[in-house]
This record gives sequence, structure tokens and C-alpha cells, in this order.
Amino acid sequence: MTLNTVLIITILTLLIYYLYSNKSKKHKDRFEKSIEYLLILASLISIAILSILEHSILYHSSKFFADHSIWYFFTGTQWSADSLTNPQFGALPLFVGTVMIALIAMSVALPIGLFCAIYLSQFASSKTREIIKPTLEILAGIPTIVYGFFAAASVAPFVVSLFSSIGVEVSYSNALSSGIVLGIMIIPMITSLIDDVMLSVPQSYTKASFSLGLTKSETILFIILPVASPAIIAASLLGISRALGETMIVLMAAGLRPNLTLNPLEDMTTVTVRIVDAFSGDHSFSSAETLSAFALGFALFIFTLILNTLSIYLVKRFHNRYRYSNL
Amino acid sequence: MSSSIKISIENLNLWYDKKQILHNISMDIFQNQITAFIGSSGCGKSTLLRSINRMNELIEECRIEGSVTIDGKNIYDKDVDEVGVRQRVGMVFQQPNPFPKSIYDNVAYAAKVHGIVKKGKECDELVETCLKKVFLWDEVKDILKEQATSLSGGQQQRLCIARTIAINPDIILMDEPTSALDPISGGHIEELIVSLKEEFHIIIVTHNLKQAQRIADHVAFFDSGHLIEYAPSNILFNTPQKRQTENYLRGIE
Amino acid sequence: MKHPFDSAQLKKRQRKSMLFKSTALLMVALALLFLVVFLFNIASKGYSAFTQSYIYVTVDFSKIKNNPRVAIERQHRRVISNTWIRNLPNLIKENPSLKNETKKLWALANSEADQYIKGHDNKLKSKDKALIERLKKENRIKRKFNTILFTHGDSQMPENSGFFSAIKGTIMTIIITMLVGFPIGVMTAIYLQEFAKDNRIKQFIEININNLAAVPSILFGLLGLAIFINFLGMPRASALVGGLTLGIMILPIIIVTAQSALRSVPDSIRQAGFAMGLTRWQVVRGFVLPLAMPGILTGSIISLAQAIGETAPLLLLGMITFMPDAPTLVTDATTVMSAQIYTWSSMPQNGYIERTSAAILILLGVMVTLNLLAITLRSRFKKRFNL
Repeated sequence: MTLNTVLIITILTLLIYYLYSNKSKKHKDRFEKSIEYLLILASLISIAILSILEHSILYHSSKFFADHSIWYFFTGTQWSADSLTNPQFGALPLFVGTVMIALIAMSVALPIGLFCAIYLSQFASSKTREIIKPTLEILAGIPTIVYGFFAAASVAPFVVSLFSSIGVEVSYSNALSSGIVLGIMIIPMITSLIDDVMLSVPQSYTKASFSLGLTKSETILFIILPVASPAIIAASLLGISRALGETMIVLMAAGLRPNLTLNPLEDMTTVTVRIVDAFSGDHSFSSAETLSAFALGFALFIFTLILNTLSIYLVKRFHNRYRYSNL
Repeated sequence: MSSSIKISIENLNLWYDKKQILHNISMDIFQNQITAFIGSSGCGKSTLLRSINRMNELIEECRIEGSVTIDGKNIYDKDVDEVGVRQRVGMVFQQPNPFPKSIYDNVAYAAKVHGIVKKGKECDELVETCLKKVFLWDEVKDILKEQATSLSGGQQQRLCIARTIAINPDIILMDEPTSALDPISGGHIEELIVSLKEEFHIIIVTHNLKQAQRIADHVAFFDSGHLIEYAPSNILFNTPQKRQTENYLRGIE
Repeated sequence: MKHPFDSAQLKKRQRKSMLFKSTALLMVALALLFLVVFLFNIASKGYSAFTQSYIYVTVDFSKIKNNPRVAIERQHRRVISNTWIRNLPNLIKENPSLKNETKKLWALANSEADQYIKGHDNKLKSKDKALIERLKKENRIKRKFNTILFTHGDSQMPENSGFFSAIKGTIMTIIITMLVGFPIGVMTAIYLQEFAKDNRIKQFIEININNLAAVPSILFGLLGLAIFINFLGMPRASALVGGLTLGIMILPIIIVTAQSALRSVPDSIRQAGFAMGLTRWQVVRGFVLPLAMPGILTGSIISLAQAIGETAPLLLLGMITFMPDAPTLVTDATTVMSAQIYTWSSMPQNGYIERTSAAILILLGVMVTLNLLAITLRSRFKKRFNL
């Protein structure tokens, strides 16, 4: 992160130096150069943004961690940030809630997404594929707030009545509803990634498999999927990352109460909901509650960054291995 | 010498999309013979080869008319499952394409799926037998668990042949099996092919006329999707009946 | 039917394979089913909000002195919107001749009455329900197209709530978003694609852009809060702050799509330009950019659609409050369509359920239009240049 800042400052200094030392005779050359520097500036803004993002979150988080124990933040089970007498900042219930809902989402999205990708890339004719693939993309284009409303207004009551018909009482803010809807939202992303990967599996393997008298399904199960497995893992990581960072669906359908439990039928809250909640009251910007939101944001940022980097690394490795096999 | 007929191709026509690739091919393939398909690039010999194990159907817009009869049954009949055909008609490709698995698994895999052997001693024996038949056993018997990709090109091709014979087909189709290999490895494969003639019926596509002369019993010459001449090897090479064949053999357009 | 290519084993394997294929197809059907159920659900909840109930009542303007409520019969007052009643003095202001008259007017029904008339859950008392039934028989109840939804801002009364301030707020915010995102994004893309040599700096920039794209949207809310509102002191919940934050958020998409559009311009065009002795910028500006522009615009429209749907960062920036009036300046506190949907969804009255759904339909309508625009642009682009 400081590397970013150092780099930016060095480059800017170099820019200024070149701009003023370049006594080119031709007006055209100077113009050309200045256009180029303008473009470089624009690009640097893009890096700068990430850098500023990291810095501001880090800055405010460090202010929080100056007064509160990091250890307790990550392992403590009591979160009562709004308590006036003795606010506690143990974020474990929040992390557990976030992970629970993300796992529910993945248990919906991964099977459906994987099979959709299998069907689209292996079984569907090109005409069918041309129709179904864009249709699934529509699911990806729906704003998350719309999903959230659907989860709260339709799915949650359905789950409640479903379970009450077998005599189990379930909260209206149960984690299952938001998890399922979140999963639906992620399906297109998983499908698209895995579909892409399955099309890159070298045809030499499939040709060999068919010539040995294996059926299409057997070829997929025994040859294609094992070859594609690192990329499928990468897709899952990306899906989890997306699920962890999602706000609106859980804000509208999940609970507000930090609840450390493994029961998906209970209400629980997530890191993202907590962040929104921290700013909906009337407290000053440097109060412990608002700073705790930055600390949570920091944890979220680091975690999603790790997942994403790992995912990209796995996909790159997969593509490098088979880059020349389909030529 | 009259041999009995193994494969009977009758009036075979094939189209990719709207373009006709094979025109009215009719020929009989004889038992325990090596039959070679020769001809210039694009003459349809590989396409015809693929018609015998129904691999053409993997390409979407392929249309076939006519029949290919093996052991008295037309493989294009409605009640024939193409997967079943490929169990009896194996194929070896130009580029060696072993699975990204161990040497052992490459040979054993399909055999296990077909239920020919079960895991364990039965399977070990099958792997050993097949690798011995392709003269690969001594070279790999200590490294069976290693990835197949660690072998050389020639060894990989022999492995592919071993894998094919492991499922006990009747017929083996070979699509230019040596053109991706160096002459020495290619020579080994040729010896191997001849040794397999006792057990299997082999059809080989090759653009290497010397190779065809060396190993084939019967030769079929194709041009632009038509069967021009089909005769025992020595007759076709020494006394070709058609002008086209003669020109091809001499390298004249 | 025994023939040499058949076996019991094969049949068994084919059955299993069929099962596998059917499972895959089933999953596809399931995913598509979600889509259908979901859209149907929202539409069925929301379509009724596009109409509004009106009741034909007698208004005695002469009775209005301080309290307009007395101008209407007591029993009717219970089913008519209070906001409409409070607006009666304004009618007199517009048309002074009404002052002493008694007129029959179509009055806006209040939310509970409206819900009852539409057949939804409601809290209407039974004697009021009976009244409505009587009025129905006298043909004094009708449903008109709900213009209020499109002309009014938010209100405490559901029957008086409209989406207008949210729509205007969205437009203002989006303009700022594009003013920020488009130039910086396109310029970055031009630099990366046309000027930058393939070295470590370029890779470094591209890694950073990819990382930026993967950041959860709520963290941009924190960024906006910390930098724009706290550090730079910009006004909370303004279109300015919202636009800046969203602009930063969509930068990666604009960059990636613009790069891809530039990449698809054939190199021969650039070579031709260089061969004529033109500088790199002249080639880009005169030849490459015009050809890539449709593709760049397509990407921008798509990112625009995504930005319109974003809610979380804007909630952090303050767009969570009650916003009755439409904004006039970019520095005024405002709300956007997505945030308005969020606030309406948490309101208790029944009338808000249908309005939230209707608002969602409007939002989806906007996004569908934008995406269709982008798609037609892209196919026209492909056709024209055979790319």
C-alpha cells in the first residue's frame, strides 16, 4: 500500500521533470507528449483510488484498534456497539453470520451453476446455448436491492410458513431466506466462469475418451471435470468472495442482531449489515461505533482480496497449462 | 487369397453442413488384414475412417447416407448405440493424446468403465499384457504411477495403442499414427502394427506411400471424396489400373 | 434386439448417463424457473400501484374557515386522504369563485381504503368497508392511472407518495457518475491499450484495476464517507457525493470494456495511419477511437445501468432518510431510485408494499431499456465493421 504511494510520487516527479525538460522544437511533439502524460495521469488515478481506499480504511481502523483489542475483535463473541455503558466489539458472531449465509448461498449456487455450465458447454446445441446463456445473464443484471425485497417479502414468509406447517417456528429474518436468494444471484457468475473453463479443456482428451467408447456423461465426469477442477475451485472462491461482500440482500432479509449460531433457521446478522447499521444512527464520525465499522470494512477488504487473488492465480495457472493444447 | 469380409461399406455419402465430402463409397475390408487409405490432403480418407467408428457425429452438422456393415449389422441402424460401436472399433490419433493421468490409469481406465476387468489383480494383469503387446512394458514397468505426459512422443503413442487394445476391440483405426513422430519411433510403431495384425483388423490412413507399401496388405486410393482404386498392395503400387492413381504415385498432379 | 454392438452393461451405463444429463437440464430449468417466479412475483405485487382509487364526494367549500376537514361529510372523511383534504384551500386560491360553492369532486382515497378497494390486506374498519361497498354500488368509486407515483416525492402517506424525487435524484447522480467515470476510464483504457508498453508498470496498473473491480460495493461507501464527506466536507446524501462515489466504483468496468473495444479494432488500421506519418495520438484520435466508440459506449451504458442499481454505498452516504422534495442542486440532499425502494420497503403501511414493487418495476424498466440500448448498439457495431 505504501508501495503504491511511493510509486505514484516517483512517477509524478518523473512526469513533471520530463514535461519541463523536454525542449522539443516541434510543437506537435510537445502536444503529443502532453496528451500522453494526460493519459498516464488518468491511469494513475485508477491506482490512486485503490490506494486511497486502502489508506482511509486502514487509517480509521487503526484508530479503532488503538483503543480496542484486535484479538478480542476477531475472537470475542459479544457485540454491543451501541451500548452506552460498556460497548463490546467482539465480531465473531458477525463473521460467523457472514460465513453462514455465504455458505448457504454457495450450496445453492455451486451445484446449479456447475450443472448449468455443464449443460451449456457440453450438451446444449449452439442455438439453445445462444438463448439460455443471455437469459441466465439477466439474473446477474438484476439489482441486489430487488433481490433483497424478494427475499424479505416473498421468500422469508414462505420459509416461515413452510416450517410452521411441520411445527417448527422460524424467525422472519432467518438466514436461510437471504442465503438462498443470494445464491440465486451468484448462479450466473459461477456458470459463466465454469462454462468458459470447460470450453478450454483440450479437445484431445475428449476425442480420446469418445474413441474408447465412453459416453458423453462419463467423459464429463471422469475426464473434463477433473481437468477443470482447479478452475472450478477458483470460481467457487470468487462466488464466496461475492457472497461475503453482499449488502442489500442481507440488509433487507436477514436480521440485525449479532447471533453466534450454526442454525440457518435463526436470525443472524453480517459484517455488511453491521456497517450500514453503524451509520444509521446519530453519532459522531470518530465514535467507537463508526470506527468499528471501518475495522469491519478492513477485515472484509483483506479477506475478499485474498480470495480474489487466489482465484485469479488458479485460473491463470489452468490457462497456462492448456494454452497450446487446442491449437 | 480370399479372406472373409469384416466391414462392408455400401454407398456411403457424407455431408458437413451443405458440402459433400464423401461420394458413394463402396468397399469391403477384409479380416486380419492391414488396409491403408491413401490420397492427397482433403481427399476424405480421414473422414471415411471416422465414419467407421461413428466419430463424425461429434461434429454437429454432419449428415450420413448409406451403410457400414460390421459383422452383419449396419452400424448406422437406428437401434445401434454409437457408444457400443466404439467399444468394438478403436481409434489411434495422429497426435498422441494420453489422458492427464498415470500410465497405469491410461491403460486401465476405459477397461474398467466397460467392466472388462475389476480393480486389483485382474486389472494389473490386463495393463501388463497390453503394455507388453505394444513393447512398452520393459520401459515403464517401474514408473506405472507416473504421469503419462512424462513419456516421449513415441512412447505416448504406444501407450495410446495399449489403451485402445485394452478394451478388446475387433477393429483398430489409425489416423496417420506416425506422422507426428520421428522416423525411428515411427518405425517401431510400424513393427507394432504388423505384430497386431494377427489379433486385430487394422485400417490405417497415411500420406506416407513408403509406409503403405511396407505394411499394408490392401490399399485404397481416394481423391476428392471418391474411391478411385482399391486393390491388394502389390498390384496397386506396381500396376495401378487408373491414370489418377498412377499420377498420384508418381507425384504428378 | 441382440446385435454385436449391444450389451446389458452398455444399457446400464447409458441409463446412468441419461440421468446425469437430465440432472444438468433440470438445474438449468430450475435457474430459469427462479427468474420466472421472481419476475412474476414482483410484477403481481406491483402492478396495482399503477392505479389509484378515487371517491366521488360532495365538498362544501363555504364551510372551510380554518379546518378544511369540515367541508366533507364525517363518514367520507374516514376514507379520504388527509393530504387531499388539506390541499382544498389551495383549490380555492386557484379558483376564488369556489369559495361559497358546493361541488362534487373525485377525492383521493386514503391508503387503507385504496388497499381495500384493490383487494389487498388492509386495516379498514368494518363500517368503513360497508361504506365503500355502498359507494361502489352508487358508482362513486373509480380507479385512475396513478400519476402521483410519477409526480410526487416521498410522503408520510402512502397514497400521496411518489417516485419523482427519486427519479430526479438518480438522474442528477448518474450525470455526475458519468462525468467522473467516463473520461478517466476511457483515457486510462486508451493509455493502457494504445500507448503503454507491455512492461511491469502496465501489469501493475492492470492488477490494481482488477483488484478495484473485486472490492465489495459497500467499501466504496466507506471510502465516500471518509474522504468526500468527512475529509473534504461535501454535503451528505448529495448527488455530488453519490455521483463521485459511484463514478469511482464503475471505473474498472468502463476501463475493461473500453480496452476490449479498442483491442477489437484491427491493427491494420493503425499501421495504415503510421505509414502515413501520423503520430500515435493522431492515429488513435482519428482512426481507432471512432471505430471503437460504439463498443466503448456500449460498455459505458452497461456500467451506467449497474450504477443505477447500486444501493449499499449510497445508504452509507446518507441516502437513507425521508426525502419529500426533489433536489435542485447537486449539493442538495437527495435520494435515488434504489435507496427510495429501500426506505419504502421498511415502511409499515400496506400501501407501501405495492408501491415498492411498482418502484422496482420502474427501476427494472429503466435498466432493461438501457441494456437493450447497449445490445442493439453492440450488434450494430458488429455488423458495421464485421468485427
